[in-house]
Amino acid sequence: MRDLTFTVAAREALAEEMARDPAVFVMGEGIGARGGNWATTTGLYDQYGPWRLRDTPIAERGFTGLCTGAALVGGRPVVDFMFLDFLLDAMGELINQTAKFQYMSGGRLKMPIVLRGTIGVGHASATHHSGNYYPMLSHVPGLRVVVPTTPGDAKGLLKTAIRCDDPVFFLEHKSLLGLKGPVLDGDYTIPFGQARIAREGSQASVVAIGWMVHQTLAACEELAKEGLSIEVIDPRTLSPLDIGTILASVHKTGRLLVVDEDYSPYGAGAEIAAQVVAQGFDDLDAPVMRLNGVFAPVPYSPPLEAAMVPTVGSIARAIRDLLAE
Amino acid sequence: MLSAPATTLGTTDLLSLYRQMVLIRRTEEALTRAHQAGAIPGSLHTYIGQEAIASGVCAHLRLDDVLFSTHRGHGHALAKGVSPGALIAELLGRATGVSGGRGGSMHIFSPEVGVMGTSGIVGPSILLAAGAGYTFRLLHTERVSVAFFGDGAVNNGAFHEGINMAAIWDLPVLFVCENNLYATEVPFATVARNPNVAERAVAYGLPGVLVDGNDVLAVHAAAGEAVRRARAGDGPTLLECRTYRTRGHAEGMRDAGYRTPEEVAEWKTRDPIARFRDRLLAEGLAGEDDLAPIDAEVQSLVEEARRFADASPWPAPATVLDHVYST
Repeated sequence: MRDLTFTVAAREALAEEMARDPAVFVMGEGIGARGGNWATTTGLYDQYGPWRLRDTPIAERGFTGLCTGAALVGGRPVVDFMFLDFLLDAMGELINQTAKFQYMSGGRLKMPIVLRGTIGVGHASATHHSGNYYPMLSHVPGLRVVVPTTPGDAKGLLKTAIRCDDPVFFLEHKSLLGLKGPVLDGDYTIPFGQARIAREGSQASVVAIGWMVHQTLAACEELAKEGLSIEVIDPRTLSPLDIGTILASVHKTGRLLVVDEDYSPYGAGAEIAAQVVAQGFDDLDAPVMRLNGVFAPVPYSPPLEAAMVPTVGSIARAIRDLLAE
Repeated sequence: MLSAPATTLGTTDLLSLYRQMVLIRRTEEALTRAHQAGAIPGSLHTYIGQEAIASGVCAHLRLDDVLFSTHRGHGHALAKGVSPGALIAELLGRATGVSGGRGGSMHIFSPEVGVMGTSGIVGPSILLAAGAGYTFRLLHTERVSVAFFGDGAVNNGAFHEGINMAAIWDLPVLFVCENNLYATEVPFATVARNPNVAERAVAYGLPGVLVDGNDVLAVHAAAGEAVRRARAGDGPTLLECRTYRTRGHAEGMRDAGYRTPEEVAEWKTRDPIARFRDRLLAEGLAGEDDLAPIDAEVQSLVEEARRFADASPWPAPATVLDHVYST
């Protein structure tokens, strides 16, 4: 067991998978000799050269479509968008091609492609470098969506993603990249669709996504001083979603809050709430609540940006409100 | 424009090209009849008039080479080895169809023979073919990838992005533009200041060749050189094949107002099959006793294919969720 940052743990997963399988290659802007804007590939170019660490033109639609074709005939591409916002030029390729090939070919074609990029509000990144997009991606049949929140999970989930025969989004919140945490030694994978109980509790359940897991855990520390016992669930993958773990928690606590930095309308919280109401209605002692980022493009200026997303304080307030219901 | 060279092909190859074109034509004629009879629940875009291109290009491809096609893709699928029965069954929506009834005309998949999909979207074939070429290089194979697309795709971003990447990385890809002069009903001349697609290759640093797409020997010769280059690791080629679809954009659509009956009639005189047949006979390259048996054999093959499709079962509704994911 070692303490590694999120970035180093994910890079270790990539390096191990590249060593394990010569069909794994990375495409993106500056992921070659530069080692990636987020140090996703540092050191790998010297080892593997340009065919496996391929710097691209600024042509997201082009290299997303190209990697989709590469995956159809035995390649295992990892598309590195740097910022996930840059994916948007490629949405036609992604939804009409990447996501649909397996189904339309009756399962005779596989689509082993990983699409990674940073997400999240913060660091005055402004609106073209701050999006989350996971509800939109989780809406599409054929895609898998992974949102890891710890270095250990980042490594295990990225390895699963690279070995998976489906298209997988691996989304890295910018506030998590430097976070240190324990990482197991040796080769290990974490299956998709298996949530993590980030904190055990008995009075209310909180499902938090991405960076909000850490903000929620901090809020629960505060509330624990008042004797409040809150359970925090990190779904880890949104598609597939481990609704079973969430339902089991709600069965125990009777209350559910979903904390999500992304927008509320048609979002992850809406889906989780609907599933819990449909399958766990009798367990609920209060309405399911949501706490989301505000419904606006992401502003630049720090006070505006801070007003955008849930904070430790607003999460603690929301939990108190839920307990008062 | 390159047109028919004096051919060095032997009789077997010549007859094989002829049979391929006739097979595409007869299969699509069967499909148009099926459509008129209401047996095809979806749309049908025929390749009639353009058969020389798929036939001339695919004659150079090996079983493990791949192609990516368009909404007008039956010819490509057949020329790469899809059986007429599996194709017709797919358009009829049957379980025995080449995509198990999930695709229809615009989503034909047969990876077993290298048909990696026809497409309902204009442009992606260019990117997908470049990507297959990337893997072929990465894994040190000699396989080749082909993108078929129409003139409608060449003002799309996929053309620019895909051809540029294929050129900078010397990918083993053929970009085959079937310029049939109209994108649905929009004349190419009205959406491109320079109507010559092959000339665009200069801007990307790869060879561009303009070919008479209704001359199967011209297509065959140009594609042969392009495939040789690709397999040798010398990079991609852009082939522009000038051609014409003599039926409407899709069956059941009105086909008037954007082109004249005289223009259609004039292009029908350049029908690639009749032209090739006449040439084989005129130059003594084949005789009626070679061609007539092929005509008869294909005719009965296609009739049998239609019977197979008609007799095939519908897919089971319970399978609607199968294959969304790999596991």
